[in-house]
Amino acid sequence: MAAKTRVCVKINGEQLEFLCEPRQSLLECLRDILGLTGSKEGCNDGNCGACSVLLNERVVNSCLVLGVEVDGQEVTTVEGLADWRGLHPLQQAFLDHAALQCGYCTPGILIASKALLDREPNPSEDRIRTWLAGNLCRCTGYDKIIRAVQDAVGRIAQPREEVKR
Amino acid sequence: MSKDKRSTPEVTDYEVVGTRPQRHDAPDKVTGRALFGADTNLTGMLCGKMVRSPHAHARIRSIHTARAASYPGVYAVVTAQDFWWAKDRGTNPDESGETIKYLHENMLAQEKVLYVGHPVAAVAANSPHIAEEAAKLIEVQYEVLPAVTDVREAMKPDAPLLHEHLVTQSLSKPVQKPSNIGSHFQNLKGNPTQSFSQADLVVEREFTTSTVHQGYIEPHACTVWWTVDGDLKVWTSTQGAFGMRDQLAKLLSLPMSNIHVIPLEVGGAFGGKLPIYIFLEAVAALLSRKASRPVKMTMTRAEVFLATNPTSGAYMKVKMGATREGRITAVQAELYFEAGAYPSADVIGYLGFATAYMFAPYEIPHGQIDAYDVVVNKPRTAAYRAPGVPQANFPVEQLIDEMAVRLAMDPIEFRLQNVVREGSELLNGTTHGNIGAEEVLRAAQSSNHYRTPLAGPNRGRGVAQGYWGNWGARSSCTISVNGDGTANLVTGSVDLSGTRTTIAMQAAEVLGISPDRIQSNVGDTDSIGYTEMSGGSRTTFATGIAAITAARDVIAQMRGRAALLWGVEVQDVTFERGIFVTRRSGEKQMFFAEVAGKIAETGGAVTGTGNVDPQGWGGAFGMHIVDVQVDPETGKVDILRYTAVQDVGKAIHPSFVEGQIQGGAVQGIGWGLYEGYQYDTRGDMLNPGFLDYKIPTATDVPMIETILVEVPGPNHPFGVRGVGEVPIIPPPAALANAIYRATGVRVADLPMTPVQVLEAMGVI
Amino acid sequence: MALVWVPSMMRDLTRGQDRVHAPGETVAEVLDALEKTYPGFKDRLLVQGQLAPGIMATVDGKRALRGLQQQVAEESEIRFLPTMAGG
Repeated sequence: MAAKTRVCVKINGEQLEFLCEPRQSLLECLRDILGLTGSKEGCNDGNCGACSVLLNERVVNSCLVLGVEVDGQEVTTVEGLADWRGLHPLQQAFLDHAALQCGYCTPGILIASKALLDREPNPSEDRIRTWLAGNLCRCTGYDKIIRAVQDAVGRIAQPREEVKR
Repeated sequence: MSKDKRSTPEVTDYEVVGTRPQRHDAPDKVTGRALFGADTNLTGMLCGKMVRSPHAHARIRSIHTARAASYPGVYAVVTAQDFWWAKDRGTNPDESGETIKYLHENMLAQEKVLYVGHPVAAVAANSPHIAEEAAKLIEVQYEVLPAVTDVREAMKPDAPLLHEHLVTQSLSKPVQKPSNIGSHFQNLKGNPTQSFSQADLVVEREFTTSTVHQGYIEPHACTVWWTVDGDLKVWTSTQGAFGMRDQLAKLLSLPMSNIHVIPLEVGGAFGGKLPIYIFLEAVAALLSRKASRPVKMTMTRAEVFLATNPTSGAYMKVKMGATREGRITAVQAELYFEAGAYPSADVIGYLGFATAYMFAPYEIPHGQIDAYDVVVNKPRTAAYRAPGVPQANFPVEQLIDEMAVRLAMDPIEFRLQNVVREGSELLNGTTHGNIGAEEVLRAAQSSNHYRTPLAGPNRGRGVAQGYWGNWGARSSCTISVNGDGTANLVTGSVDLSGTRTTIAMQAAEVLGISPDRIQSNVGDTDSIGYTEMSGGSRTTFATGIAAITAARDVIAQMRGRAALLWGVEVQDVTFERGIFVTRRSGEKQMFFAEVAGKIAETGGAVTGTGNVDPQGWGGAFGMHIVDVQVDPETGKVDILRYTAVQDVGKAIHPSFVEGQIQGGAVQGIGWGLYEGYQYDTRGDMLNPGFLDYKIPTATDVPMIETILVEVPGPNHPFGVRGVGEVPIIPPPAALANAIYRATGVRVADLPMTPVQVLEAMGVI
Repeated sequence: MALVWVPSMMRDLTRGQDRVHAPGETVAEVLDALEKTYPGFKDRLLVQGQLAPGIMATVDGKRALRGLQQQVAEESEIRFLPTMAGG
């Protein structure tokens, strides 16, 4: 077993520190060391997007990033989208449009969608589909997901609602 | 034979049914709080890892585990020898129809390995990386045998035999000679041979479909803890906690009450996580017992493709005859389904489903279907959303289309000429109950999509329909009333896509309260009565009935409490729209919450129970319309517009019903255009990953328009019909029919990849 | 007497007839009666005294939940079909 490396990283706005082996992916560190199990493993080789997180505001597949690589960086996971004001407008839009069924791909899709809407406030349907091409969903057929993202566009400017449940 | 009573729903102006409340578990799922199969973490937990065969067909000569067992960080190693009590089990199925010996051998191979990925040993270590390293230290000596991965090859007289003693089960005279054909079933109605000779038009083709995987994004995962007193706790992603418990009791020879299965959230299943073929849990249990620690076992994506339970590829020959007026007179089919490494478990039943449903949308006086279950060196096959029917439907809907073209008839009009109604006889001699076949066809015909002309070169429109019979089965629900008028509901139905909400909605309708005043939970095997697995399009129907029954039980008990409070007899108390009323000496009323507030002082807790096994459920029809554009140079098929019409009985939560239809349609699109297992000559799978086994992405499909037809289903108070499986059936044939109209060629092999299309067009 | 539809693969035993009649109050009794007239009938359908794996019985169009012990009425119709459970 290789000696562990100390990693200091800001996750969801909080400065955290942990030890990991060089061979452990960021996904593994988030899930198994930090207990942030919201990001999921679907394939572990960058083809499904279920592990998507924001690394310095860029969408990455955390299964393809090593834990040691994020030392000194900033990471946002699905656990960081809601805050004391309530759910992120994207999350609320997903609830209102029933844009999830099993919910396994949902964290990755929310992260990827947030990255898109942070850059392009009003993307077309085609643009949303192309952006989300790296996030596989097997349950929904994507229809309600696209509609939820389109709807979230209008909501992002609004103040956040109290969580209803 | 008595007709199904045409459902007269007891309430028609619903307060809750038909609305779109927020899902109870959705906030957990959009915030990452929800716990799925791999999300359990226990103190001292170890990681389990399987060692798997690199050969498609081989005899195991020896397994040496000493080096792995002594590797630092390894706590246990197991092989089939650790199931010492299993060696004496014969090959006769038990009362569940599943052969325990096959189950054991599929979990950890004993004498032979029958597919690449077949487990032979397992290790538990204190990190997944150590477990992986230790797994590589297990030495297995194999004697490699020739492999067979195609049903036609497997049936040849000189084919290598997977099981030396397997003889074909059928209702014919018993055969003595072993073969790779596990079973053969035949349906025969009338005199098809004579009828064909008199038909004005006969069409006949051969078709193949590839092995496809359910493709759930969450790999199989479980955490198992076998404590020293013989108690077994299992946290797992499964479609059925009770089925899992019962299988583990058999596999591990433990009393059922010692086994606690806690079903976690499931990241997709579609028939691939049925608690019939147990892949990880029993092996993890053995590791846990040896190590005296909890063990988590998960699968990699490659392991999911190689070694779980995809659905059968098939080779089929189908023939249909009709009059020149467009009435079908006779049909004939030979269906050869892949069973995978072992003969198919009874309960998967795809031979039964395929033969019963493939021609079910049509009035047909003469027909013969022969269906075969053939073992090949691939993982065991199971259900993918509608077992056996997407495969068998693909030829039928194309031949129907071919006949319509030859007779210059509109394809929906042709189907209407032959439409089935209540009382119509299927080829297996059973009759249709209360169905909405004609309603679906007419809704498709009058849809905006069908009435909008499609213009442009290389474009074509195809339609196809399908039928699925749905299911009932045992369900259990309890409802406890809280002092503030809210309620806690527990069912045994694993929630795959929001059923805990549709079940709560049905209870809420009866109780006269809002669904967000009901906490809706999925119980584990200790906390609720036996409930059959979630699948077969049964949950909203059967568990809904359990919830309605429990809610009525609650109302009956609360009427008694109201009677006590008013000093009247219980028969003087009625419950109307959420209000308890008595009219004895002047009218008095109490709201549900008021009576709930007095439960404590009128006799204690009020808990309603519904343990049901409902019968007489209704089947459902669906028709899909698709417009495609085919690139004549590349063969790529682009979907321009897609509409799915379906009889849903009564949509309890319309958004969820739409979601089921859209999801099933896109799975069917993947089955039709992109997906298929590919093998080399050694029987090695070439594409066990999402890069080369392509499932549809957001760029591959347009919005899926849904048209919900509601012909109330029989024997459910609100007219529910199962909806989940119908929509995966029509897409492959609808796409093939559209491709035909766009290019003039019929593609008879799935998937209809660009290469297949170009080959069919004669371009390459 | 109950009407039993003879599966096509068993019509060699019934001289080609696709339906036969037999008395009995349960499916098991009906099969016993048929065995007398058409020897070998039971062997095709049963394994170790139970319905063979992959085979289910229906009585009057409904799956016989109690299998061979399912009650049969005077005019009942019995069929033997491949099992169809869930999906």
